[in-house]
Amino acid sequence: MEGDIATMGAYIGAGLASVGMGGAAVGVGNVVGNFLAGALRNPSAAAGQTATMFIGIAFAEALGIFSFLVALLLMFAV
Amino acid sequence: MATDVNGAAEQSGGLVFHPMDQFIIKPLFGDGAVGMFTVTNITLWMAITVLATIALLVLGSSGRSTIPGRMQSIAELAYGFIRKMVEDVAGRDALPYFPYIMTIFMFVVMANFVGLLPGAFTSTSHIGVTAVLAMLVFISVTAIGFIKHGAGFLSLFWISAAPLPLRPILALIEVISYFVRPVSHSIRLAGNMMAGHAVMKVFAAFAPMIIISTGIGLVVTPLSILAIAAIYALEILVAFIQAYVFTILTCVYLKDALHPAH
Repeated sequence: MEGDIATMGAYIGAGLASVGMGGAAVGVGNVVGNFLAGALRNPSAAAGQTATMFIGIAFAEALGIFSFLVALLLMFAV
Repeated sequence: MATDVNGAAEQSGGLVFHPMDQFIIKPLFGDGAVGMFTVTNITLWMAITVLATIALLVLGSSGRSTIPGRMQSIAELAYGFIRKMVEDVAGRDALPYFPYIMTIFMFVVMANFVGLLPGAFTSTSHIGVTAVLAMLVFISVTAIGFIKHGAGFLSLFWISAAPLPLRPILALIEVISYFVRPVSHSIRLAGNMMAGHAVMKVFAAFAPMIIISTGIGLVVTPLSILAIAAIYALEILVAFIQAYVFTILTCVYLKDALHPAH
C-alpha cells in the first residue's frame, strides 16, 4: 500500500471513466434492438441492411471507446 | 506500457499471473532492451499472420478446381465477401481500391484468429499495430479525396443541406469527428482484442483454485473452465466481427473521400 494521492486520483478517475462504457452498451443495444424490431417486420429487407447496422454499432461504440481511452490515459500517461 | 504492467504484476499478489502479462513485448533473442528494429514476439506473430494469409490465399487459389476444396472455398468466400462489401458500401467506383481493403481485412482477421491460438500473441491487441493500420487508411483516404476532388473535398465538412447559420458549427463538429476517426478506428480493434484476451486470462487465473483450496476450488475451478470455453467461443465471433467492422469503416471513409458532397 504505497503511492501518492495523485496516483489514487488517477486510478479512481480511470474507474469512473469506465462507467462511460455503459453508455456505449446502451447505444449498441439500442441500435441492434431497433434493427431486429425492423427486421422481424420485414425480413426480406433485413439482409441488405446488416452492413448499415454494423456501421451504426461502430459509431455508437466509438464514444464508449473514448471513455476507455480516457481510462488508459489516466492509468499510463498522466 | 509494458513496464507499468510488469510493475503492477509484482505489487499485486492475488492472481497466479497478471492478466495483462500476455501483452508484454519481449525480444525474441536475448534479453536486451526493445529498440526500433528489435525482433520481438510481436514481430514473430505478425510474420506468422502474413505467412498464414499468403498460404490461405495463394494455396487456395492455385488449384482452381470447378468443385472447390475446403481451402479454395474459404479463399473464394473471403474474396467474394469483401468485394461485395466494397461494392455495397463504397460504390462501384471504389473497386480500384479493393486490393488494399482486401489486404487490410485479411491481415486483421488472420491476426485476430492467430492470436486466439493458445500461447499465441495477439498482434492486433496492441494500439501500436492498429494505429499504423488506421493511420494508413486515414492518410490514404484523405489523399484520395484531395487528388480526386481537389479543394472540393472540403465540401465534406460544409453540409449544404443544413440551414446556413448552422453550417459553421456543423463544419467544426465535422472537422473534429474527421480527425478523431483514426483514434476510434484503431482503439476499437485494439481495445476489443485486449479486453477479450484479458478476460480469458482472468478466468484462467481462477481455474487452478482447486490446487490452493479444495473446498472453494470444487466450485470455482469447473465454473471458470466453463467460462473460459464460453468466452473463447465469444472471442471467435468478436475476432471476425471486429475485422469486419474495421474493414467496413474503411469502406465508409473511402466512400466519403470519393463522394464528399452530402
